[in-house]
Amino acid sequence: MMLQAAAFYILSAVAVLSAFMVVAAKNPVRAVLFLILAFFSVAGIFVILGAEFLAMILVIVYVGAVAVLFLFVVMMLDIDFAELKQGFLSYLPLGGLVALALAAMLALVGFTWTMSDTASGHLQAPMPADMTNVEALGAVLYDQYVLYFQLAGLILLVAMIGAITLTLRHRPGVRRQDVGKQVGRKRAEAVELVDVKRGEGIG
Amino acid sequence: MSRIAQTLRGAALMDFWGAFALGMRQFFKPKPTVNYPFEKGYVSPRFRGQHALRRYANGEERCIACKLCEAVCPAQAITIEAEPREDGSRRTTRYDIDMVKCIYCGYCQEACPVDAIVEGPNFEYATETREELYYDKAKLLENGDRWEREIARNLELDARYR
Amino acid sequence: MYDFVTQWGPVWGTVAVIGQILGFMVVLLLSLAFLLLMDRKVWAAVQMRKGPNVVGAFGLMQSFADFLKFVLKEIIVPAGADRPLFILAPLLTFALAFITWAVIPVAPGWVISDINVGILYVFAISSLGVYGIIIGGWASNSKYPFLGAMRSAAQMVSYEVSIGFVIVAILVMAGSMNLSTVVAAQGGGFWNWHVLSLDMLPWPAFAITIPLFVIFFVSALAETNRPPFDLPEAESELVAGYQVEYSSTPYLLFMIGEYLNIVLMCALMTVLFLGGWHAPLDFPPFTWIPPVFWFAIKVVFLFFMFAMVKALVPRYRYDQLMRLGWKVFLPTSLAAVALMGGFVVYANAG
Repeated sequence: MMLQAAAFYILSAVAVLSAFMVVAAKNPVRAVLFLILAFFSVAGIFVILGAEFLAMILVIVYVGAVAVLFLFVVMMLDIDFAELKQGFLSYLPLGGLVALALAAMLALVGFTWTMSDTASGHLQAPMPADMTNVEALGAVLYDQYVLYFQLAGLILLVAMIGAITLTLRHRPGVRRQDVGKQVGRKRAEAVELVDVKRGEGIG
Repeated sequence: MSRIAQTLRGAALMDFWGAFALGMRQFFKPKPTVNYPFEKGYVSPRFRGQHALRRYANGEERCIACKLCEAVCPAQAITIEAEPREDGSRRTTRYDIDMVKCIYCGYCQEACPVDAIVEGPNFEYATETREELYYDKAKLLENGDRWEREIARNLELDARYR
Repeated sequence: MYDFVTQWGPVWGTVAVIGQILGFMVVLLLSLAFLLLMDRKVWAAVQMRKGPNVVGAFGLMQSFADFLKFVLKEIIVPAGADRPLFILAPLLTFALAFITWAVIPVAPGWVISDINVGILYVFAISSLGVYGIIIGGWASNSKYPFLGAMRSAAQMVSYEVSIGFVIVAILVMAGSMNLSTVVAAQGGGFWNWHVLSLDMLPWPAFAITIPLFVIFFVSALAETNRPPFDLPEAESELVAGYQVEYSSTPYLLFMIGEYLNIVLMCALMTVLFLGGWHAPLDFPPFTWIPPVFWFAIKVVFLFFMFAMVKALVPRYRYDQLMRLGWKVFLPTSLAAVALMGGFVVYANAG
């Protein structure tokens, strides 16, 4: 139990510190790397909570795919931080106002929030003992909330198709490669052997 | 139709299995590898390797300091200084070849009227520093003494083609 | 692993676990040394060369000589490099290559950590492998490494998708994410191995699993940057890709990590498709060989296939690579997941 507590404190400290460093780091690539570290420590906290499936999915999806794309983009950009920080003071009043509003909202939510009586029972035993993590999640997602799950998937699909239709344009006159045609080409279609008579040519 | 057949062939990895069979045939064939430091390959008599300054049979050095090799050298790797010796014959006081500059074209050997500078059959003279590749006259004469037998034989074998 | 801590107390249990891990690592590294030699020997044999044969009998000690050479050389960090990240990248590759092995069962009960989501763990860690390459390529602050890193990021993310779907299909079939359970379900004979899965008859599951095996094999080649998908290091265009600025021990770490990932992919294919530690036939002459050796034999066979592919297949062009990943493997493996789900539902129902 003590080991778990120690692991929790270490992981959460690393998560909070690296989340801070994401904002504080001067180099954008390092900021993304700190973001990855934050994801990773949160995954560790999930493991401690017994939600190993969620932890793995977090690592696979966020660290393995999303953050790679972040890194990909950030590495390509040539960000000049001195230029970016120029307008800092002039934007301070407006930015501060937004931050204050956000903090107020968080406080409102935080102080009026109470836990329902039945919820504490679920928290202590988040899943049935005779099921693995994956089965429990699957039972909830695909039995109880299957409609919502499918709807969420459809919304994502719509977003994806929307993004594709917005960016897709057919340019005329582009010569495309047909791999199957190239590979399937026979010798007879490509080469013609001609017996050329001397002094006559093919004509 | 041929497109479908092509797709099926690709999906069944037919190309790869063909290559695999070929690879496995090669796998068990006897290997032509020469175990280099222990075995050596054939070296042609015309091979242009490490330079050497030759002597006549009586021990007199052949070089007469005509500087033709220095003139013909396309990489300007040869430096010669000459002075008359006590007996009045013209001899080199300095004969340096910068082996780092040398491109092993063999022009010095062709230009030499007395077969003094030759490129011998030796190719194993790697050194740890660049300075060691800056050959002076003593080093070149020593090479000549060491490789004289092979050099003479190579010259003799090649003589009838000249 | 839990047994040690509960049986021998927290102190000696921890010592035992660490000893187990260290022992496993040493065995892995030693076998890796010989697998590396085998890779070079196979490649040489196909090209009708002899390969390394000077150090030790038949060149058996070649990898150790190379190891010494790498370790004794000077570590060069380029002046414009991001020093901490430059050093971090090979360490990351090396460490990630090792920690995945924690969940690979090499024989009944012979697994360091028998966790329930073992296969997801393997997938999660192998999806991190790309970071070593990207960070290394970026931190070198040089053109070719950066191009190599970009290529490898796109390539590894693309092929991870099809690997993921293949794994999902096998999971659906095995009904468990625990690798030991997956292997245990394949006992009894080679016809029960997932690659054939004749025990599902009359449902023709082999029509799905054999293509899946091929897809997994080819994706594993791409995932580990092996030829014909070695575009991140393509020596003829990118010199050596992300490894250009690396020398000495950091380079050695990169190389060990890379080869360990290849062996890991072989082990994963063995576990998922080729019945892990099970003998191909379940009667005496075959069962006399201990399970761990059956596991090793299968891994070595797959590694041999990796080496043969390296020797035989010419390198893909980048657009061909992307086409293969997204237009061929992704739809095929997606369809395989759906079909496999149907099989499992109806086979269980009727």
